[in-house]
Amino acid sequence: MEPPSARRGQEPAAAGPGRRRFLGYVLAASTLTVAAELGEAVLAPDEAEAVVPSVPGPAEIYDLNDMLTHATLPTANLITIRIDAAGTASFALPRSEVGQGITTSSAMLIAEELDLPLERVRVTLADARPELLFNQLTGGSNTTISTFTPIRVAAAVARGRLLKAASLELGEAVDTLTAKAGVITSSATGRSLTYGELARKAAAVTTGRVSVGLKEAAEFKVIGTPQGRVDAIDAVTGRKKFAMDLHVPDALPAMVCRPPTINGTVRSVENLAEVRAMPGVTDVVTVSTGVAVRGRTFGQCIDAVRALKVSWGPGSAEGASDSTIRDELRRAEPPLPAVGLLTKSVDARFTFHFASNSALETNCAIADVRQDSAEIWGSLKSPIVTQEQIASKLGLPVSAVTVHVTEGGGSFGRKLFHDAAAEAAEISKATGKPVKLMWHRTDDFRQGRTHPMATSRVRATYALGQVLTYDQRHTSVATDFGHGVGEIITSEAARLPVGDLTFSETIFALSQQTPYNFGVVTQLLSEVDKGFNTGSMRNIYSPNVRCAQELVVDELAGRMGKDPYRFRREFAKDERVRAVLDKVAAVGNWGRSMTAGTAQGIALHPEYHACVAVLAEIDCRPQTTGRKVRDAYTGPRVTKVVCAVDVGLAVNPQGLQAQMMGGIMDGIAITLSSGLHLDDGHFLEGSWDNYFYTRQWNAPPELEIVVMPPTTGQPGGAGELAVGAAAAAVACAYGRATGTMPTSFPINHAGPLGFEPLPTTPPIPASPTDGLNRAF
Amino acid sequence: MPEQTFILNGKRVTVDIEDDVRLLWVLRDVLGVTGPKYGCGLGVCKACTSHINGKAFNPCSVPVGAVGPDDAITTIEGLPATVGKDLHPMQEAWLEHDVAQCGYCQPGQIMTAVAKVRQAREEGREITEADLDEIRNVCRCGTYHRIREAIVAGAKKY
Repeated sequence: MEPPSARRGQEPAAAGPGRRRFLGYVLAASTLTVAAELGEAVLAPDEAEAVVPSVPGPAEIYDLNDMLTHATLPTANLITIRIDAAGTASFALPRSEVGQGITTSSAMLIAEELDLPLERVRVTLADARPELLFNQLTGGSNTTISTFTPIRVAAAVARGRLLKAASLELGEAVDTLTAKAGVITSSATGRSLTYGELARKAAAVTTGRVSVGLKEAAEFKVIGTPQGRVDAIDAVTGRKKFAMDLHVPDALPAMVCRPPTINGTVRSVENLAEVRAMPGVTDVVTVSTGVAVRGRTFGQCIDAVRALKVSWGPGSAEGASDSTIRDELRRAEPPLPAVGLLTKSVDARFTFHFASNSALETNCAIADVRQDSAEIWGSLKSPIVTQEQIASKLGLPVSAVTVHVTEGGGSFGRKLFHDAAAEAAEISKATGKPVKLMWHRTDDFRQGRTHPMATSRVRATYALGQVLTYDQRHTSVATDFGHGVGEIITSEAARLPVGDLTFSETIFALSQQTPYNFGVVTQLLSEVDKGFNTGSMRNIYSPNVRCAQELVVDELAGRMGKDPYRFRREFAKDERVRAVLDKVAAVGNWGRSMTAGTAQGIALHPEYHACVAVLAEIDCRPQTTGRKVRDAYTGPRVTKVVCAVDVGLAVNPQGLQAQMMGGIMDGIAITLSSGLHLDDGHFLEGSWDNYFYTRQWNAPPELEIVVMPPTTGQPGGAGELAVGAAAAAVACAYGRATGTMPTSFPINHAGPLGFEPLPTTPPIPASPTDGLNRAF
Repeated sequence: MPEQTFILNGKRVTVDIEDDVRLLWVLRDVLGVTGPKYGCGLGVCKACTSHINGKAFNPCSVPVGAVGPDDAITTIEGLPATVGKDLHPMQEAWLEHDVAQCGYCQPGQIMTAVAKVRQAREEGREITEADLDEIRNVCRCGTYHRIREAIVAGAKKY
């Protein structure tokens, strides 16, 4: 139906005649230190040739990742690799590791190009580097896309220098030498030198530019092989250090007594002196977000927060509830185009409730604010924005604020923002002491950022076996992009074919794709209400927008008398999409006979120069939905998931499978069980037994993830990729098992509340005391 | 201030702190043992799971005063020593299955897994799918499937 289209331009960079050259640097240093520019012209996307029945949407020509990659071009600075006398390569990655495995994949790139064993590569996280400007944002599943070439270039420069140094040292020509596993050996004499022995000799007195070639894909020995995480041993032994595990002198625990409604403000505190005198408490101060308590232990901070008697002013969403926001969204929904009298159409409206992007590690940061300087520690995906905004708030020059990026206990969108770091800095300044600030779990759900509530209206028209038009109007509570993506757009938006859209509308246009030939396709975003603390949640719009679209696809297939898989296959725009679809259908035995109340669902999702298909099987029979687990939501069970993923080139297939697995668990949660109930200006959920993220009793017992062979030769994004397809496949399976297309998510949201809400005053509950009774 | 004494990872420790402070904070904030993580402080998420006299429990939900001088507390840091090795077989299984993503919940997951296997064996059987379904530990990265695989494999190692 279509020549291999938009992706054709992304052939492996080195495929042409002669090996492509890249520029790197050797830096003046006492030991071999090499560098490359982050952000590289080779990553520039080719323009697509629009010869498909549907005109490609902006996201197909130039998507969010292209923008993130391009934004780095004019401002990129150097990333450096250092080889020490022990033969170890060290690299400070200017990105945030929050579980997605980028320290491992970055180490693999270095090991590959440097011919050094993986365990001899040490990747740490760089402090905020303001000179990198836009280029220290971890988001949009962009890390591997934007660093794949620069990291390899730097490693190749190092390898070349080491070979040259060995040649001088041994008195033999470079072409008689081979580098392997950190040792350079002469094929003529058999003499050898280790990288460690050569590290000083290979060092440069002056900084200079070097031209290097990179390995061809056929030469890869590390890239594309399954590797365990480089930090796995630290994780399983408890040695991995997160922000709250760091010891910073005198940084005592601190917590904040927060308002009963979203963003309420402190009017007055009745019993400051009394709380200051409580055991362990050192300080109690009013800050912009509530009343902060500093003490010897977090346990004593919890007690002090609970003891505070605070009079609160109204918040930013006073009186709001799910139903008032639903009404507000409906009023703001733009109209859909009229349908001709003789045209058949599918019309649907979907509602997606607020959801929490809270990680298991709650918002937290350490701050040590002095008279003329400040030091911050935290898991931060936009550390430069953090540094600049904290400096401005403290009235310090940016250079006086040091921001250390720590390992993160999950992010899911949360750590794009620096709410805890800003708050910690404010408390440290107010108390004049270092603080280790941590949010309570209950606050993290109730006052922390959320994925905004939204509706999606869809109208698709069809005739004579073709889909003629597809219109989608996504109306959402505003998403906060204040973490720095906005700055990128400021500089980039003018270059894009998106006209004078707002920031959010631009992000929407750049991230939303319809992977099917559905004639004239129009997808638009409208936003309302800025009263909520929002952000992205392992994707911004895709899980909702694509879930709605895939449900409509099932409906269209049904109306047109076609099988859901074959319908998708027939209308798919892209061969890569068709290949992953075929793979899950074959591996998952699509169409197999299933008992009443159980069904399969199939869906796909293209984004981040990658695509994924998911086949899910669900069990909605009463004996399953009626399972009893204490303080839990059981509901329908996804019994099996098969996923096929094509990221162009998987640097670490095992890490990629892990990312798909996580995305699938998220997709199951947002479709079936995990949402926030907004009631009278606050969210009801306050613990993991209220907010029903996937637990073991919801997890699919059978899971298979197929990594497709390399296609484009360039890595695409993976971190967020699976969520939309998994959410949609589960929704489609649910629709087929129950005979009714679900239209409100999560599916359990409308049912009776599955828990007794915690009080809002005091804002956080006391820790239990009966833990020994539950020991097993 | 009251004196609290108990056995931590094989060594007797004494701490000056009020009786009602939950053990998690005594471990983390006073003793600097940071393997057990805070995920809720409500006995729900299980990120702090450790062992008391060999049984899994949540130190966030136990006042330090309730722990006696002869009670043996084992955190993830002390788990390998309970089998006299550098790594417990369950930790090895975790590495072989590359379970961890962010890793924040994994110390608690491993401590729960070891207790679950022990509990099943005390009932004269090996771990089952139903046992795995009972595990309450939250993993927000969604590593549930690899956790299940690692527990089954780990149980076969000892």
